[in-house]
Amino acid sequence: MELLNNLGLGFETAFTPINLLFAFIGVALGTAVGVLPGIGPTATIAMLLPITFGFEPVTSLIMLAGIYYGAQYGGSTTAILINLPGESSAAVTALDGHQMAKQGRAGPALATAALGSFFAGTVGTLALALFAEPISRAALLFGPAEYFSLVVLGLIASIALASGSVLKALAMIVLGLLLGTVGQDLYSGTPRFTFGMRELYSGLNFVSLAVGLFGVAEILRNLEGDITRSVMVQKVKNLWLTKDDFRRIRGPVLRGTGLGTALGVLPGAGHVLASFVSYSVEKRVSKRPEEFGRGAIEGVAAPESANNAAAQTQFVPLLTLGLPVSPIMALLLGAFIIQGIVPGPSVIDDEPELVWGLIASMWIGNFFLVLLNLPLIGLWVKMLTIPYRVLFPAIIAFASIGTYSIALNAFHVYAIAFFGILGYVLIKLGNEPAPLLLGFVLGPLLEEYLRRALIISDGDPSVFVTRPISLTLLILAAAAFAIAVLPSVRRKREVVFEEED
Amino acid sequence: MSLHHLNDALVRPRSARPGHGRYPRLAGLATATLVLAACGGGGGGGGEDDPAAAEAFPEGDITFVVPFSAGGPTDTVTRLVAEPIAEELGANIVVQNVEGAGGTIAAGEVAAANPDGYTVLMHHIGMSTAPSLYPDLPYAPLEDFEPLGLVTQVPMTIVARSDFEPQTMEELVTYLEENAEDVTLANAGIGAASHLCGLLLQDALGVELTEVPYEGTGPALTDLVAGEVDLMCDQTTNTTGQIQAGEIKAYAVTTPERVETLPDLPTTEEAGLEELQVGVWHGFYVPAGTPEGIREELSAAILSSLEDENVISQLGELGAAPFSQEEATPEAHRQLLEEQIELWQPIIEEAGVAAD
Repeated sequence: MELLNNLGLGFETAFTPINLLFAFIGVALGTAVGVLPGIGPTATIAMLLPITFGFEPVTSLIMLAGIYYGAQYGGSTTAILINLPGESSAAVTALDGHQMAKQGRAGPALATAALGSFFAGTVGTLALALFAEPISRAALLFGPAEYFSLVVLGLIASIALASGSVLKALAMIVLGLLLGTVGQDLYSGTPRFTFGMRELYSGLNFVSLAVGLFGVAEILRNLEGDITRSVMVQKVKNLWLTKDDFRRIRGPVLRGTGLGTALGVLPGAGHVLASFVSYSVEKRVSKRPEEFGRGAIEGVAAPESANNAAAQTQFVPLLTLGLPVSPIMALLLGAFIIQGIVPGPSVIDDEPELVWGLIASMWIGNFFLVLLNLPLIGLWVKMLTIPYRVLFPAIIAFASIGTYSIALNAFHVYAIAFFGILGYVLIKLGNEPAPLLLGFVLGPLLEEYLRRALIISDGDPSVFVTRPISLTLLILAAAAFAIAVLPSVRRKREVVFEEED
Repeated sequence: MSLHHLNDALVRPRSARPGHGRYPRLAGLATATLVLAACGGGGGGGGEDDPAAAEAFPEGDITFVVPFSAGGPTDTVTRLVAEPIAEELGANIVVQNVEGAGGTIAAGEVAAANPDGYTVLMHHIGMSTAPSLYPDLPYAPLEDFEPLGLVTQVPMTIVARSDFEPQTMEELVTYLEENAEDVTLANAGIGAASHLCGLLLQDALGVELTEVPYEGTGPALTDLVAGEVDLMCDQTTNTTGQIQAGEIKAYAVTTPERVETLPDLPTTEEAGLEELQVGVWHGFYVPAGTPEGIREELSAAILSSLEDENVISQLGELGAAPFSQEEATPEAHRQLLEEQIELWQPIIEEAGVAAD
């Protein structure tokens, strides 16, 4: 009953014209920045934060939150259309989404992303409303040891991201791990691989890496051919999902939503892991794993759902405990402070219309996103018919502007060029960038949690197996590893390869 | 005079386009050299007493460079005072967040910017610790900047997981002295305020705790609430909500006076630890060589902003208060900076965290 009262209060707040308007502005802006390569939600929220100072607190937060989950929608658009993931979760979508686009199935890929995201967003919001308190307490059960084991599981699952050789995938993960070590060591302050450049103290920038490895490398490869014709797509087949498509995405959307809802609550690694893990899960359970990486619609549905569900449940620790789990949540926490609200566990009791208004607005915002995005699909697909010689300079220009805007530092733009060339070389050598990206994202977390767990345990490594959640995750990781290297599975991989050759 | 002109002619065109390429990275070093050369030749201050420049100031937008992310405490403080400052000066103020390397990227850029008063740096206590933490800094805080004045000092609180044994600050001191090696002390990363406060705490008690660094305050506070780590010292901005809700336990506040939002919390001084005084002080800087007249105008505007009612009440919400008019002057600012550099250098060195 209390829930109904709370939701009633929430919808009452969210349904005022001004809040509806700003929810819409937020998700529209979010979609826009998600679509523009390079500019991520963090940079946008940071830039727009000041103009929300004059708003009512709830209006301000509704808009800023809208930018965030709106960007999750928009990010998949560029990943699918031009292989340019704006953030880590969209990198997974790019794997099969872009292949679908190349096969003329950009429409169904985008529709899958929109529908999967809407479903996941609705479930995620509902979970937020129903179980915020218990799930935030559950998240606190995850200490450094548990996170370490979770990241191990994620890394092992990521072998599945590669459609080719396991060995090359492992090599890419390791290269990613190495790139992730660049920067000032968190524990000792020692700069690693910074070569005297202070720009490298905070590590390599994810967006530069992703834009370079995926976007620019892809452009370089496309430019090898004749650029006067459109290299993007052969022929746009249809814009909407077929009955068969609907049947195929049902399972992945449900599983992705479940995984995303659960993992989104976990600080740091949760959101990133959600899309990677859900992709691996789908590849495992699929009857046609060989299609993954070659345009499997399940490979779009699962990570997109997972990532959007996680985007909603990420708010749980912020709203119930006043604890931010990611840089974006920290920015929103800043928005609370600027509005004169002291963030903390009492916010949900002291400011019920703010918290519940925000939760209600998320569902409304997700609804707006579907309304906004489905009609746009036709337009996006048309974009692919723009001559490539016009499209590719535009992509690079937007990506550079976006990347520059992150920290107002040209260094990150030079980094795009560097990783673009590296990415091209890697493609030429038959390597895939996705496992590298995952290694890059998870590597620093792996090290951070490992060292933190050991510092707290006073150097005793048994913490990883004496804490039950950690032990469970490690057993799962071992099982995943066994499956990955199991002879029968490997044989199947080889068969796939021979077929391709 | 001729050198003034050289300086003007070569540097002016860039400043004539406010908000546009005021300090592009590639040109940054070249400009710095040029300006320094001009200053040196011109007798220690490229245009120090150029009344014409001061009178015309400000002609365009002024940029406040914040070395941390938008929405963070330093950003909040800057934007809060930027409003009355802009009003006082009759100019637009653009707040720019240039992040990275503990604020040294932003400070390096401002140090290399035109000393024309249009590029102003906001920085906090990190200005005084950077020379000890980053030995290869491209600037020297005391030589390459002119302090304009102080704004506020955010108090810090000594907090622990809710089920940590000691109940009072006195008990905590005894407990730490007896069980130092078993106690974990969280911080938000090298050079963060929580890190500095933790170093000072250990220094004051003469104990060595197990330090557990985190990537920012959020995760550190999360582990403290979850009971994974024992102790932390962080700004009231971050801890007040958690203290009030009873999620964490607070022992003391590290400023001379109690804070309004946590009236029951004793100061470290009251608890018998006079030497444990630390707050996150914030102040404004311009590059060295900025004409005196312009500096005076900026300083006056900063001083008057500290009496703004909105500034006072908003800072109060954060558990902080503006510096008094006497404490906030450029002279007092320079003195505090000097003192703090001296205070932190041995503490940081001893802790062995220098990033060289």
